Amino acid sequence: MPFRTFAIFVGPSVFMMLLFIAFPLVSVFSQSFYVTQPIYEVVTSETCTPGFIAQTCVTEEKSVPVLDEDGEIVTRTRFVGLESYRNVLELGRAWDALSQGSWRAFQAIDFWKALRFTLSFTLITLPLVIGLGLAIAVVINNAARAIRGPVIFVSLLPFIITPVIGALSINWLFRGDGILTAALEHYTGRDIAMFAQAWTIEILMMFYRVWHVAPFAAIVLYAGLQTVNQDALESALIDGATRWQRLRYVVIPHLMPLIVFIAMIHLMDSYRVFEEVVGFSSQGHVISLQWLTYDFLVPDQAGNRSISRASASAMLTMIGIVILLIAPLRRTWRDHRGGR
Amino acid sequence: MNLKPLMLAGAIGLAATAASAECAFENDVPLKSLSAGFEAWKAVTDAMAECGNFSASLDQEFREKQPEAFAADPSLYHIGGVANATLIPLLNAGSVRPLDDLVAEYGSQLTPNQLIKIDGQTMAVAMMVNAQHLMYREDILNDLGIAVPTTYDEVLAAAEEIRAAGVVDYPLGGTFKTGWNLGEEFINMYLGEGGQFTGDGNMPTINNEKGVRALEVMKAMTVYMDPEYLVSDSTYVQQQFQQGKIAIANLWASRAGAMDDEAESQVVGKVKMAAAPMGSERPASSLWWDGIVIATNISDEEAEAAFRVAMEGMDAETVQANNDAAVWLVSGYTPGPLAMGAAATAEAGAAPYPASGPMGIMHTVLGNGIADYLTGAKDAETTLADIETAYVTAAKESGLIE
Repeated sequence: MPFRTFAIFVGPSVFMMLLFIAFPLVSVFSQSFYVTQPIYEVVTSETCTPGFIAQTCVTEEKSVPVLDEDGEIVTRTRFVGLESYRNVLELGRAWDALSQGSWRAFQAIDFWKALRFTLSFTLITLPLVIGLGLAIAVVINNAARAIRGPVIFVSLLPFIITPVIGALSINWLFRGDGILTAALEHYTGRDIAMFAQAWTIEILMMFYRVWHVAPFAAIVLYAGLQTVNQDALESALIDGATRWQRLRYVVIPHLMPLIVFIAMIHLMDSYRVFEEVVGFSSQGHVISLQWLTYDFLVPDQAGNRSISRASASAMLTMIGIVILLIAPLRRTWRDHRGGR
Repeated sequence: MNLKPLMLAGAIGLAATAASAECAFENDVPLKSLSAGFEAWKAVTDAMAECGNFSASLDQEFREKQPEAFAADPSLYHIGGVANATLIPLLNAGSVRPLDDLVAEYGSQLTPNQLIKIDGQTMAVAMMVNAQHLMYREDILNDLGIAVPTTYDEVLAAAEEIRAAGVVDYPLGGTFKTGWNLGEEFINMYLGEGGQFTGDGNMPTINNEKGVRALEVMKAMTVYMDPEYLVSDSTYVQQQFQQGKIAIANLWASRAGAMDDEAESQVVGKVKMAAAPMGSERPASSLWWDGIVIATNISDEEAEAAFRVAMEGMDAETVQANNDAAVWLVSGYTPGPLAMGAAATAEAGAAPYPASGPMGIMHTVLGNGIADYLTGAKDAETTLADIETAYVTAAKESGLIE
């Protein structure tokens, strides 16, 4: 293809990627080194607010932002270097906690608490998603042709449901005396509160994520199953290989590139775990890195927000994903080179 | 209970003149409003819409939209619905206008109590008050011979007796959901102890005996609550009451009406209202108001029309049609038994919510930090010290602390 034609085809998408991905990233990156704040002055003022019958008046000193002649708040931006990163990571406190050997104190620091959950969430759900996905794919593949369509449809359903809605519905099934908790209580004969401690919430969140994402893995692997060399499978059958051995030594090696692909997508997605925290309102017990970024960014009722720390936290999340992706990427790269 | 404030407010109600059935004037200026989305706002904005050319946005995320929308020139909305805390960013940015002239011209029916004054200038007009106060199952307390608790020690003692009797699933309910709700619970307790949240230079001042005492009372209460208290918000506590699962809770006055809603509640007529339990100095509650503001960045004609429409929305007619939707401040309101809790709380000297810029940060860090104490991950002093650290970090970033 001549370079000109190539450039015309690729140009728009390169432009879009620069505009919507690269520039925002650069801007977040630079924001994480700066702090922008209004300039405050202290004034004494009297505020009268309603009571039930009579008003309450309070006179106090208040910090009020300075306005310029256009009525805009005067702000000042200054370079703070790595201060926002330090404020997010709280390395000093983390080090003190670790040197005292206190895991509990270490886990009381937001970032490290979030990292602990995010990593365990990502790494525990990964094999479950791939395993369950493969199982569903094999079931679809072995289903009679007549019912294959409906089976694919049903197994894809969890993937179609909007994540927050899915998380909320699981929440309601188990919350308080939700029907599933009530059923569990009926069978076990004891009082169960799924949202009263961290580990049960974590299990619910992981269960939800696996339920939600496994169909995606299944449909990709099902596509891969269609291209398995039938001759190789037949030879294995003649050699007396069991069903398990055929799966283990013929099918899975053939699917390996797809499994690596699913693993990469899943690592990226689940490291950004967020819907579960919101859907299960778990922030009292469990938080994730993405939720931490969100929490910095949301203005409080007086309008303050921590944009610099949010930027730093977002950059740290991205660095975390890159580190996680190194292993599967190296594998793909090796396969790619070896294949030539 | 002293009924004087109720009778007084009732007398004001009787004195009010009956309003005409529909909007008193034809509005020809297109107007828009942005407010929270609860029942009282729905009633008021519906009444405003009767004047024509008016569209209302009722939005639970209004507090995130309002500062930007009102700072735009021209402002995206003419009328804003605010409360103690959400007024602060609008005041700080100068995006709401003084209303004194408009009040003088069109606000003759307003009572002085309704006018929110900053340095003598009317910046907002309140329509209702709200506070968390005690709600209790009268039948259960009577059966067990327990007097209505007036302090938290009495609440805890009552809870113990109710648990021993085993008449409900959990003796107490509480809006302890991590975040805003949990922060508000601490603020109520700490105000009740007579505490100050910030001191000189906006530095935090919560790590003291009062703070520890507030935390200890909260933790003592959780023993008698549904163990899932960290996800229980106002709606959840309201439903626990309606389904007869709890006997006592400190709940919002705006939820009182739901207790007698026959479509939802299994305990109609059994839930009674009383003042918030006393702390060492004041009732453990904070007074909130909801009301309207008018944007700065609109023309004077628009502001005039907006104010007139708003007054039509907040008139006696609206209030009489929706008497139990809120504890109204508007003339024409007849306080019923459901308003008794809020009235008694205010009369016992509950403090207004101390809204300010630093308080916004304090509320957020309290809401995020207290769960660690309740779950046992930290002791009280460490929790308060960590909350102060988080506050200082956030306040430095926003420029409130040098």
